[in-house]
Amino acid sequence: MAITQISLFLMNQPGQLVDAVGALSVGGANLRAMSIAESNDFGILRIIVSDSDQACALLKDKFLISRTAVVAAKMGDRSGALYPILKALNEANINIEYMYAFTGSGADEAYVVLRVNDVETAEAVLNAAGITTLSDDNLKI
Amino acid sequence: MKNYYQPEIETAPREKILEIQNEKIVKQVRHVWDNVPYYRHLMEEKGVTPDDIQSVDDIKKLPFLSKADLRDTYPYGMLGTDLKDCVRIHSTSGTTGKRVVAFYTQHDIDLWEDCVARAIVAAGGTKDDVVQVCYGYGLFTGGSGLHGGSHKVGCLTLPMSSGNTDRQIQFMMDLEATILCCTPSYAAYIGEALAEQGFKPEDNKLKAGIFGAEPWTEEMRQAIEKSLGIKAYDIYGLTETSGPGVAYECEEQKGMHINEDHFYAEIIDPDTGEVLPEGSVGELVFTSLDKEAFPLLRYRTRDLCVLSRKPCSCGRTHVRMAKPMGRSDDMLIIRGVNVFPSQIETVLLNEGYTPNYQIVLDRERNTDTFDIYVEVSPDQFSDLMSQIQKMEKGLESAMRTMLGIGPKVHLVAPKTITRSEGKAVRVIDKRKLHD
Repeated sequence: MAITQISLFLMNQPGQLVDAVGALSVGGANLRAMSIAESNDFGILRIIVSDSDQACALLKDKFLISRTAVVAAKMGDRSGALYPILKALNEANINIEYMYAFTGSGADEAYVVLRVNDVETAEAVLNAAGITTLSDDNLKI
Repeated sequence: MKNYYQPEIETAPREKILEIQNEKIVKQVRHVWDNVPYYRHLMEEKGVTPDDIQSVDDIKKLPFLSKADLRDTYPYGMLGTDLKDCVRIHSTSGTTGKRVVAFYTQHDIDLWEDCVARAIVAAGGTKDDVVQVCYGYGLFTGGSGLHGGSHKVGCLTLPMSSGNTDRQIQFMMDLEATILCCTPSYAAYIGEALAEQGFKPEDNKLKAGIFGAEPWTEEMRQAIEKSLGIKAYDIYGLTETSGPGVAYECEEQKGMHINEDHFYAEIIDPDTGEVLPEGSVGELVFTSLDKEAFPLLRYRTRDLCVLSRKPCSCGRTHVRMAKPMGRSDDMLIIRGVNVFPSQIETVLLNEGYTPNYQIVLDRERNTDTFDIYVEVSPDQFSDLMSQIQKMEKGLESAMRTMLGIGPKVHLVAPKTITRSEGKAVRVIDKRKLHD
């Protein structure tokens, strides 16, 4: 399962983000979620899109990119919804490198994207706890 | 069958070479004395006359020439013939100051092209070869030099000049180029571009490359040989002495044979000017032996290297010069420590990076700042910030070990460092702006 995150290496300078988003805008891939980690010199833009193959094809000639498998866990869009997810992962001793979240199309529907050291175990632990995780196919809307 | 262009000269016994040199130096010094008042004056100041120069052993009595002399006498002060006998000029890139203009008679062009032809034949070139020349044509000696040498050998010559990499690749593939001539940094760039277009090293017909005009390391040679599937030969020269072909590598790739029948080489102590014994590291000094338009006696190259007269298994008897360790002009003094850009390149290649980097020096609160910008390659990029920071720290520590001084390393996106298709701009020294 798991979903594909695309990471872009961008310089920490004006014009870089707009170029990246511009390159994506022509293909019809919908940006579902994103996050940025920044340092003085550069930043890493991480994105989840509806069609990662298409997005990679649009980006790969202009940007340094990498594809990473990340876990997208479904949760309710309300207070306390994230806790059982992190608790389950913690009990399985899984380390989270970073995370970010996005809301779904339903009224009480949100997702947390988790970059973990062991994707397979993380998904198994979450699924065993009754938590739904997404695959790339689920993103194609 | 060995690859020689002029076997009787290239493999002549040492005594024969000495005989040729002794005969030529007497005439060359007389020619300069009679025709170049500037140098005659320098000789007079030292109390030397042409009668004092009877053999190459006497060359050490002659005064030195430096780049500053050539700038001071710009444009005609070093001319050894009537301008009407000259057929061409070339000029230095002017990156280290005012340009130097060198003049050539047809005789000078012929001897230069013979030297380049020896280099091409030593790299395996024959009249069956297709030589792609992507050194710049024009004032720079690279393009015309390799072009002329290629004609002498009888190769099909592709006068591409530098730049327009897509067209270079198209001609390389369509016309089945077998020998590539350019700067090593452009060869590395072409290798990357070929890979990006989906070509494997075995897809091209290249067998050899003749690369020069800028310093490069053994590690860079290996990287280029792998990416293009060729054997990479070094060639050395400078506009002041003619151009590329003053020295060139044979198949041994252990130093470059200096064309001693045209150029006499000495190694001197750069501080005292004293001639050093064979095997010592010092500044390379050239004396032209039979040039007409631009004869230079004891020209200081600023290149630091070692000479060796040990016999070479290729059969050539001409002295070999090691790859220059750096130009004394290239050496950076950072916080009192001597740093050569070639050392930085060595670290990058050893650590698995591409040799695409730029050094930026500045001064803050009276202390030098030392930053190196390095391009990340696609297989090194990680989505984890911690991983990239670890790579930066790792490089910083490897640099500190090699240089004895710690730079700040910044990883940058591919192709963000300005790529020259001629000579690479490796150093931006902003300290000079403040002085």
